Amino acid sequence: MVHRYFPHTPEDIDAMLRRCGVGSMEELYSDVPAELLMDGDYDVPAQMSEKEVRDYFLNLDEKNARLVCFAGAGYYEHYKPAVIDSLLSRSEFLTAYTPYQPEISQGTLQYIFEYQSMMAELTGLPVSNASMYDGATATAEAMMMTVAAARKRNRVLVSATLSPAVRKVVDTYAHYHGVKIDVIPAINGVTDMSAAGGMLSAGDVAGVIVATPNYYGIVEDYSGLADMCHGNKALLVMNCVPADLAVLKTPGEWGADIACGDAQSLGMPLSFGGPYLGFLCARKELMRKMPGRIVGATKDADGRRVFVLTLQAREQHIRRDKATSNICSNQGLMALHTAVYLSVMGAKGLRDAALAGYDGAHYLADKLIATGKAEMVYPQAHYFNEFALRLPGVDIDRVIRNAVQQGYLPGVKISDDTLLIAVTEMQTRAQLDRLVSLLTESV
Amino acid sequence: MNREYYGKLIFELSRPGRVGYGLPGRQVPESGALPEGLLREQPLRLPEVDEPSVVRHYTNVSTNNFGVDTGFYPLGSCTMKYNPKINEQMSAMPRMSGMHPATPDYASQGALEAYYTLQKLLAEIGGMSEFTLNPFAGAHGELTGLMVIRAYHQSRGDYGRTKVIVPDSAHGTNPASAAVAGLKVVEVKSNPDGTVDVDALRPLLDDTVAAVMMTNPNTLGIFEKHVPEIAEMVHAAGALLYYDGANLNPMLGMARPGDMGFDVMHINLHKTFSTPHGGGGPGSGPVGVRAGLEKFLPEPRVKKTDAGEYILTGDADSLGSVSATLGNFGVQLKALSYILSLGSEGLKEAGKLATLNANYVKESLRDMYLLPIEGVCKHEFVFDGLIDKSTGVTTLDVAKRLLDYGYHAPTIYFPLLFHESLMIEPTETESKDTLDSFIDVMHRIAKEAKTDPEMVKSAPHNTPISRPDDTQAALRPLTTYADICDEGL
Repeated sequence: MVHRYFPHTPEDIDAMLRRCGVGSMEELYSDVPAELLMDGDYDVPAQMSEKEVRDYFLNLDEKNARLVCFAGAGYYEHYKPAVIDSLLSRSEFLTAYTPYQPEISQGTLQYIFEYQSMMAELTGLPVSNASMYDGATATAEAMMMTVAAARKRNRVLVSATLSPAVRKVVDTYAHYHGVKIDVIPAINGVTDMSAAGGMLSAGDVAGVIVATPNYYGIVEDYSGLADMCHGNKALLVMNCVPADLAVLKTPGEWGADIACGDAQSLGMPLSFGGPYLGFLCARKELMRKMPGRIVGATKDADGRRVFVLTLQAREQHIRRDKATSNICSNQGLMALHTAVYLSVMGAKGLRDAALAGYDGAHYLADKLIATGKAEMVYPQAHYFNEFALRLPGVDIDRVIRNAVQQGYLPGVKISDDTLLIAVTEMQTRAQLDRLVSLLTESV
Repeated sequence: MNREYYGKLIFELSRPGRVGYGLPGRQVPESGALPEGLLREQPLRLPEVDEPSVVRHYTNVSTNNFGVDTGFYPLGSCTMKYNPKINEQMSAMPRMSGMHPATPDYASQGALEAYYTLQKLLAEIGGMSEFTLNPFAGAHGELTGLMVIRAYHQSRGDYGRTKVIVPDSAHGTNPASAAVAGLKVVEVKSNPDGTVDVDALRPLLDDTVAAVMMTNPNTLGIFEKHVPEIAEMVHAAGALLYYDGANLNPMLGMARPGDMGFDVMHINLHKTFSTPHGGGGPGSGPVGVRAGLEKFLPEPRVKKTDAGEYILTGDADSLGSVSATLGNFGVQLKALSYILSLGSEGLKEAGKLATLNANYVKESLRDMYLLPIEGVCKHEFVFDGLIDKSTGVTTLDVAKRLLDYGYHAPTIYFPLLFHESLMIEPTETESKDTLDSFIDVMHRIAKEAKTDPEMVKSAPHNTPISRPDDTQAALRPLTTYADICDEGL
């Protein structure tokens, strides 16, 4: 068969079969029991030309709506500078494997080192791993890390204000890993600190997981929480939105031991859920308990500064069932995305973009409230670029459907009359104003 | 490229006042600030760099890297095949790439159709009933598969199955995934021919075993021909048989895991289905199950209604969630593009050519490299180092010397069955010419090992850097630019 991906000519195949001492390619499967060999072919369509493949995907794409996005709930549309696609498409980056051979993988190792440096700066915690799958699994890994660090304790507290989707993944990992999860209740959209204190005092808690900003977009005041955790020998884990950390108090400043979350907010395309990047940073003392790859700096035989995968004695290919995690890959290319994004944005760009979302969200919320048809679910709370809005007496599903027909995704439904709405630097004032009328006039 | 000149970190190019971004002008009035106590206090020390400097920096960084597009990458068990360019463009369709994961079903029919279609195609290829595409990578697929298996046993009220049996030739992720899933690992040894020792396995199978994990062909590239008998034994003991799909490539179009008796499997889209490895990710590790186990798959799931609409849904018996979304959707689109590009016949040809290429290299090099196991291999094979061990040249040295000749090294010191494992997987997208050049170089290195062993032992000599000091890196971990500034390097 001739195909553009296969370089073999019929003459090549003949010569190669002769070297192998067989008469046909099928003979190379003589070790497979005959009853296991397929009779015919897969029920898979015949090969398509490149044009046909393109037409197929164009057709698929048109079956989706093009929407102005006000949805958040952990995933935010930010502007992706053009340099990112340009650099990520360099095939030296794109088509490389995990950097097992440092002598010809300094490219990957260096950008991961830069990524680690930037994430440590952002979160205020000194060590970052090389990245993980996504924010939810990184939080689950952090949960298991607290249990591994605490040895005999296997109870972890999770705030009710952590995203339900993240909590569900944490619950699943915990269920199979033999960890007991208890939920710290929320009062008025924020973690109930006195309840947390009571639960911690039982003395069997390995870790506490909270979020900043939390699921409702609220920036909680975690003063005293780290001391409360450490006083009870528990580790504090903070799930955070990194795009906001140029402005907001960092996990390190709150006294957290581990920071984790999804780096999607750093300009990554929403792409219907992935690929994103899970990050995990920690205090130095916890470095050897961390899951995933870590890149370190060292010197080569000629004394040059170089980068290598280090502390591999934690990992699955050495420790097998005693490893800190089963994770073997990282999100390599998305770590490059993060490093390039943070390079071009810098602290000032990150801050400007975050504050544009903050200002936009407050403008939008004020306008919505002013219509008299909407109310804030948590009016006392300090929110950042996202807020929970109640539309009394209105069917939220219908509101969303109407808005989608007008080209807007107005937010994420969190209950029958409540919507979570996020704003970033992407929306114009006209679009903010239009959303106000879509939510308050059309229904 | 001049590494001395361009070898800086991005932080070292920073100058106060430089910017690399531009944002839209202010849209709305400034809002009152948050209370002091909620704000960042420490300065954020990110680089201050302009756009041209960022582009030149990372372009130069990239030239210190080696990808499949650069040259031959015979890294065993990693299936470093060509990554078709059309796949990249198909995963960047404007609507799908901009779509929020919370977009309602009725506004995301095209994306859901893509997920459903790939899921069905993989089910056909794997001989399974249904797949979830949610797991993010191979190891994540293993973990998900083991959770499916535990959910299945628990649904029958059977809580005593706490063990997983894993061959000693297995990938390291197998035992690690079992441990994360809360299961104990029992190792079963291999026969001298590298396949699972059926007689050693038999006594291990009892009512405490949840599953047996196998890779077929195994990590030596050998087809486990006793698998029908093993499947029967495993099922008779009430356990399930798990297929690690890392080595699925040579079986494309030839034999299906479902037909071999496997109950649960994962596939690495970044291996068999040509999506790029990206220096370590993003990957994708879909998990398939045989009929009867579908309801245990993780949420969310995509189903097709009788009316032909695609919906997001869950199941009361589901194991839970291993991802907050539908997984690495962008990677899934690339794999779909690949399957459509090859079609049924092309997939089969890929499998056969992968096997042909591996056998060709094996037969061409066994005169100087020690082939511990005779017979046909599938997509890969393992040498136990050079035949002539008297020179002191090790597998590591051979691997490093290959870098000098412009090849990526094979996988080394895995599997653990041999001391000097050198695991070679050429894949189907390499031409006979490329393989001949590689064979020539491998012969040349074997000769160099005799004529100039010291030169081989100190290789590489023509790469951007020489051998790094791994010991120092682990003893004194410097993992950020701040560490370098504080402690010096």
